[in-house]
Amino acid sequence: MLSRVADDLYWMARYLERAEHTARLIEVQLNLMLDQSAYSADERWRRILASLGDPKLNTESRDAQSLTYSLIFDRSCRSSIVAAIVGARENSRQVRQQISSEMWEQLNRLFHQVRRADLEEGWDPQPHDFLLQVHEGCHLFQGITDGTMSHNEGWQFIQIGRHIERAMATSKLLDTHYREFGDDEQAHLEWIGLLRSCTAFEAYCKYYTADVRPDRVAEFLLLNDEFPHTIRFAADHLEAALKALPDGDGRCARVRLLAGRLKASLSFAQADEIMAQGFNSYLHSIQTQCGQIDDALRQAYIDYPVESALTA
Amino acid sequence: MPATSWPPPFRQYELDDAYDEMFAPGQDVRSHYGTLHQRLLDTPVEEMRRRKQAADLAFLHQGITFTVYGRDEGIEKIFPNDLLPRIITQGEWTKIERGLAQRIVALNLFLKDIYHEGKILNDGIVPREMIYSCKHYRRQMKGLDVPRDVYITVVGTDLIRHPDGRYLVLEDNLRVPSGVSYMLTGRQVMKRVFPELFQACRVKPIEEYPQALLQTLRNLAPHGRMDPTIVLLTPGVFNSAYFEHTYLARQMGIELVEGRDLVVNDNVLYMRTTAGLRRVDVIYRRIDDDFIDPLAFRPDSILGVPGLFNVYRAGNITLCNALGNGIADDKAVYAYVPAIIKYYLNEDPILDNVETFLCSNPAQMDYVLQNLDKLVVKAVGESGGYGMLIGPHSTKEQQEEFRRKIIDDPRNYIAQPTLMLSRAPCYIDGQVEARHIDLRPYILYDGKKVTTVPGGLTRVALRKGSLVVNSSQGGGSKDTWVLHDKE
Repeated sequence: MLSRVADDLYWMARYLERAEHTARLIEVQLNLMLDQSAYSADERWRRILASLGDPKLNTESRDAQSLTYSLIFDRSCRSSIVAAIVGARENSRQVRQQISSEMWEQLNRLFHQVRRADLEEGWDPQPHDFLLQVHEGCHLFQGITDGTMSHNEGWQFIQIGRHIERAMATSKLLDTHYREFGDDEQAHLEWIGLLRSCTAFEAYCKYYTADVRPDRVAEFLLLNDEFPHTIRFAADHLEAALKALPDGDGRCARVRLLAGRLKASLSFAQADEIMAQGFNSYLHSIQTQCGQIDDALRQAYIDYPVESALTA
Repeated sequence: MPATSWPPPFRQYELDDAYDEMFAPGQDVRSHYGTLHQRLLDTPVEEMRRRKQAADLAFLHQGITFTVYGRDEGIEKIFPNDLLPRIITQGEWTKIERGLAQRIVALNLFLKDIYHEGKILNDGIVPREMIYSCKHYRRQMKGLDVPRDVYITVVGTDLIRHPDGRYLVLEDNLRVPSGVSYMLTGRQVMKRVFPELFQACRVKPIEEYPQALLQTLRNLAPHGRMDPTIVLLTPGVFNSAYFEHTYLARQMGIELVEGRDLVVNDNVLYMRTTAGLRRVDVIYRRIDDDFIDPLAFRPDSILGVPGLFNVYRAGNITLCNALGNGIADDKAVYAYVPAIIKYYLNEDPILDNVETFLCSNPAQMDYVLQNLDKLVVKAVGESGGYGMLIGPHSTKEQQEEFRRKIIDDPRNYIAQPTLMLSRAPCYIDGQVEARHIDLRPYILYDGKKVTTVPGGLTRVALRKGSLVVNSSQGGGSKDTWVLHDKE
């Protein structure tokens, strides 16, 4: 498969995962603002922005309404929903002949939905329906992808993109949260908010009951191997997808090594040991490793130097 | 003026000086249109409307689009398609086919000659300055041997029908002709919308085109490259014909590549794949000459591949079509094509040219300037219906503007009589009306064999009275049926 096509599929998946993540963060935040809490909404917005890597926004004001608006519609902000969906559509448009027409149609529909919302006059400051649409649209796209596209090399690149984005976003979110609250059990609502931001509240309750405790939340979101939004789950699937790619001629050894190492470190990790050594630095190292994997992936399949491919 | 004797749905139908494809003078239905005519009389209005809707929907869902330039992102538009087929008899088609084959073979010999010895210039058949002043002449091609001496692989020749019924060649498109995807997809839709009619008329199939194209490209692979890798090179998603590029690549099962997917190393061309570099042997290129290699041609091109031309020169790759073909479809050189056919093949042209006045010839220029209100004036390097003056439909100011342009740069202009393109029945707002049409058949050539799929793209000027069939100017298309002879 052409390297450019693989790259486009990879980024299409990353962008969609990003759109879904941002939509969930806003949704949870708007919900939390309804409850009386010891923690101010401003603080929470600051945290959300930090977890998204402090993106540049068009607006200077930091009130709920303009932040919500920016994180949805601001095209110059890399994490905004519209920017991510436009990016995903642009990538898929270039490889239209490689994905199923059902996938293209769904992505196109999602694109037109968010664009229509952008054009509408009188913006609703409680955009639950809109966010729901984005969620459902992303989920539908994933289902259509799994059901209508051959699970070939291209599909594997989509999996890689999705899981790498998910691992990075979740670890950043956990990072900002723990930096703020440590193991403060009083911040009950905030812990539930964190779980909801990863759609993990129900899954957590099934596993640990509704007794929400910071160390357990950390353990669950980091190390649970069954729930799709945990970091370990993402690392497992990332590794599996990389393994399923053709061997090439030895260029992919490094990316496989890095992904295997990440997977192994999460598989055999103990929550208490991680906590003892410093949770935040552990999360940092995960982010660094994801960055290295992304880089090694490009080196192996996309931007490899011509000379290395010729001598092989 | 509509005759009162026309039955519905033909109430709005008019006959004039143009050749009518369905009706002979006196309203007699031509026999090959008999089945369609009867069907139109028999089908209830509602049923026609339903089928029209079904056809439009099919085009929309398949995303059969072209891009209109000039807005921010480029707007994708559905290609307008007329519901009624244009019908050609076996006898007419045989002559067209022979005429096109003759023309492509002669023009191919012409290109080889021009870029090698230039015998036709030495013999004074075509004026030397006509070639060297052509902006599509590529000196880089001089003395370069192309695989199997084939310059022209894919052609889309524009034919029109004279009021006396003859088919005339209006234009040869020898560079990167487009539109064949509309021919193929239009046929699929028609078969779905009019299955019974289609069967009753005994229409010849055109579905083998992608396979024939692939085979032709395969036959042209550089010497010694068994099982060649063939790719389609597109300028990218913003090109107006991008839909066609994806469609053809998919139908042929070859990779659709952009310039940035290709790398040159040691005079060999590779594409960058996830499994490493893969050698490329044949490029069906849909990029203009100028953009193909920034080192050899326009240095500001970002669409092409640096070093590609050297690979070509080294004989390690086949480009289809070859570079520099533009001299053979130049609108002024066009006037010499009958002489070119005579010179190389010693045959009379089977298909005639449209009478053409060259402004580079002083006597002919005078004639043109005196008759600007009657003639069609065209800039030789333009296409797509741009840079044109249609005398009878023009204002005094437009004529003055062209007068100045012609005097400034006579070589750049030709003129032709305003032609009455033939007219065919079209389905317009629930009625059948006559509209002007032309015909673009697609021809393939691999040096030994000329392949023409029976039919082509019939382009139609959907605006009432308009003579411009280009899609960028309100034109649409029709399915084109070539019939089997009756047994």
